[in-house]
Amino acid sequence: MSTTEAPPSTGTNGNGASGYRWVGTRPVRHDGLDKVAGKARYAADLNLPGMLYGHILRSPHPHARIVSIDTSAAEGMPGVKAVVTGADFPEAPPKGATRNLMCTVIARDTVLYSGHAVAAVAASTRREAKAAAEAIEVTYELLPHVLNISDAMADDAPVLHDNLFTRGVEPRPTEPSNIAARTVYERGDVEQGFAEADIVIEREFSTQAVHQGYIEPHACVVDCDQEGKAVIWASSQGHFMVRSSTATVLGWDTSRIKVIPAEIGGGFGGKTTIYIEPVAALLSTKSGRPVKIVMSREDVFRATGPAPGAIIKMKVGARDDGTITTAKAWLAYENGAFQGIAAMLGCMCVVSAYTLDHLYVEGFDVVLNRPVNVAYRAPSAPAAAFAMDSMVDEIAERVGIDPIDLRIQNCPSQGDPTPYGPKWPMIGLRECLEAIRDSDHYQSELPEGQGRGVASGFWFNIGEASSATVNLNENGTATVITGSPDIGGSRASMALMAAEELGLDVHLIQPVVGDTEVVGFTDVTEGSRATFATGMAVVEACRDLKEQLRKRAAKTWDCDVEEVEWVDGSAVHGPGEQEPLTLAAITGNAKRTGGPLGATASLNARGAGPAFSVQVADVSVDQETGRVTVERYTTAQDAGTAIHPSYVEGQMQGGVVQGIGWALNEEYIYSDDGNLENPGFLDYRIPVASDLPMIETCIVEVPNPSHPYGVRGVGEVGIVPPLPVMANAVADATGVRISDLPLSPPRVLEALTAAES
Amino acid sequence: MSRTHVNCEVNGDAVDFLTEDGESLLNALRDELGLIGAKEGCGTGDCGACSVIMNGRLQCACLIFAPEADGAAITTCEGLASADELHPLQQCFLEGAALQCGICTPGFLIAAKALLDENPDPTETEVRYALAGNLCRCTGYDKIVRSVLEAAVQIRTPA
Repeated sequence: MSTTEAPPSTGTNGNGASGYRWVGTRPVRHDGLDKVAGKARYAADLNLPGMLYGHILRSPHPHARIVSIDTSAAEGMPGVKAVVTGADFPEAPPKGATRNLMCTVIARDTVLYSGHAVAAVAASTRREAKAAAEAIEVTYELLPHVLNISDAMADDAPVLHDNLFTRGVEPRPTEPSNIAARTVYERGDVEQGFAEADIVIEREFSTQAVHQGYIEPHACVVDCDQEGKAVIWASSQGHFMVRSSTATVLGWDTSRIKVIPAEIGGGFGGKTTIYIEPVAALLSTKSGRPVKIVMSREDVFRATGPAPGAIIKMKVGARDDGTITTAKAWLAYENGAFQGIAAMLGCMCVVSAYTLDHLYVEGFDVVLNRPVNVAYRAPSAPAAAFAMDSMVDEIAERVGIDPIDLRIQNCPSQGDPTPYGPKWPMIGLRECLEAIRDSDHYQSELPEGQGRGVASGFWFNIGEASSATVNLNENGTATVITGSPDIGGSRASMALMAAEELGLDVHLIQPVVGDTEVVGFTDVTEGSRATFATGMAVVEACRDLKEQLRKRAAKTWDCDVEEVEWVDGSAVHGPGEQEPLTLAAITGNAKRTGGPLGATASLNARGAGPAFSVQVADVSVDQETGRVTVERYTTAQDAGTAIHPSYVEGQMQGGVVQGIGWALNEEYIYSDDGNLENPGFLDYRIPVASDLPMIETCIVEVPNPSHPYGVRGVGEVGIVPPLPVMANAVADATGVRISDLPLSPPRVLEALTAAES
Repeated sequence: MSRTHVNCEVNGDAVDFLTEDGESLLNALRDELGLIGAKEGCGTGDCGACSVIMNGRLQCACLIFAPEADGAAITTCEGLASADELHPLQQCFLEGAALQCGICTPGFLIAAKALLDENPDPTETEVRYALAGNLCRCTGYDKIVRSVLEAAVQIRTPA
């Protein structure tokens, strides 16, 4: 392994040029040493003088009216400094996203899931806080609950919100229901499509809710002062989001709040919202002391995340030559206790890896008595791909065409319409399919007794708002400050892009994640956007700096700025009458040429490049236990351009393994009384090292023309294909096609036994 | 509440602290000694983020009562590097991009050290089983396993 040496640059930018000096190399990340030395500070690592510990009391019931809360006993307990309940928070509006956020942070009149926050205590020690929280007496009036999609959609289902009327249905329903919204996308005429098809297959699929499973529980420390100002140290995917959301929940002006981003111990979408910061802020305000809240793992499972379970019914039509012409899909996604957009996203993704003449996709977002959905890596796409790519595999089998060739035959390219409207920009799905087809893995003979599965996956990626400030220091180094929390090595990518622009050694660049008062507004690190959008801001700031540097050189040389070029980290005099001036020479002399050099860029990034991944796995299935073992795995993904290939590979591999967990093991298991039965890593089993082989990677680079270096964003799509890949591989190994996840040993064994009899 | 006086050796230094009887070694390391490298990911011994080596054995510090550490020799992630050089495992993790968010990294480094102390030439499978008590949600383990194998080579054949 020689990861220290920079391999040849592989990037090609949108103009077709290639051969970068820094982009595409693999330097040690700038924040790495702190992390291997145990020095990196995550939110739970911060202790302040006089700090109290907060503990949140949670509902043991999935659906109940809060009749009364008696905090008097708790208030008299040792060490207790403050107690808050929903009554201490501003009233929530009757409906909408603001209500959902406010009522997720703390329940008001009604608890909507087991684990819903009800009250909180701040005390001198953890144990005092916990004991006091448990001494709060809450009287509940139990209400009937619903835990799964079918029950929640039933006509006689207990309704969670009496003011929730299904959107997307004409005429508007007169009765409230748990169906928050209906989404439809259609093209052509599916009935005609099916009538003309040689093969029509109809199947029903289900997937279970899973948790993002970040290893760091949610944590924050909040210090409020007597002037009403709050400083929040939080682990999140976006500290500007923490600021605005906390302000919303508390009814405060955002200017009262400063959020300092701690290192974040994994998010995967799950830390794109808040749970505990406003609670800690009120406890701190009441007590006059800093308050730390760290969730337990059990609370993380019961009250945060998850990604939703789904039911998907599909009918697909194809011709004998393998052309897939028609798809009709019915999707229903859990939303948790408040409405979301899971089904809408599922509808947009479900057939996106295919060109179809006729499609009709109908989706339903369903509320039920579970915690509120939060994004999880390409949210909604994995379940949708599971359904479609299982069907496509069956079609390939029926028509006798290699499953990769069939996908190439049916894949969209630039200019084709997306299922949800606009035309595809430049995309790399075909290139990913070809990369897998040509891979050593796919070309190798399948070992005896194993099965092989392939599948594709799509995710949009997004742009959004980003800011960056780049300051040149007097010694010729640079500080790059951005507002994007770094959840997977993005600081190194920022430094690499700045190095490329400025012609500066990447080790002379210090990338920093700035707090809400030192850098411009930046949206959450989500949608695979940090290296794409925040990277654009970094590049823009660096280009501004290069202009400034040229002007300073021109001033030094007393020549026209047009005579100065910026080449490889130095100002070069075009006519050649002057010795080049290095960046360090200019910054060292900056006081005499106009003062320090710095630049800021803020932008709303447009043109995020859609992401595709294609993957192949070989599995063996133990006929006696039903255990599925992944023997070999290869993933190809279009990165646009890989800025730091090691961390691109890391995103690809991490996404794959999360998808394998979703496919094979992970699921929320609720008891009939509405309590989560597996709220810990022992019973909610995520993949461990001994479950897996190496994850072979193939970075495909079809540059995104909207980004100066061609970046697409790589964080999410990798989790999409593993669900159908596993199902297809198990089907190949056993001859039995299973359409309900997870493919856990009991379920596989049951299917094998049923197939035998 | 009465507190117990605990004497032990942490990363080669004699240290002492006061602790409540029911407190975990993990909280004592973090809150009393300021050693924040060991993390609490679960508090139930399922994730390995709090891994320490105590008296030569790999342990989850969240499952040990702090008073049990009296007289023990403990190695945490902070004790791996010397003043001027990282431990080969740390160096290989950096160069091999074996961390993303980094929250599990201290635990993996300690678990890997415990493995290599016992078995300096492990196979990939042995590495995978030795690290099976440590959860990483970011990397898919590929680069972690490679980095441990590379560190084993470097430790066996010093430059």
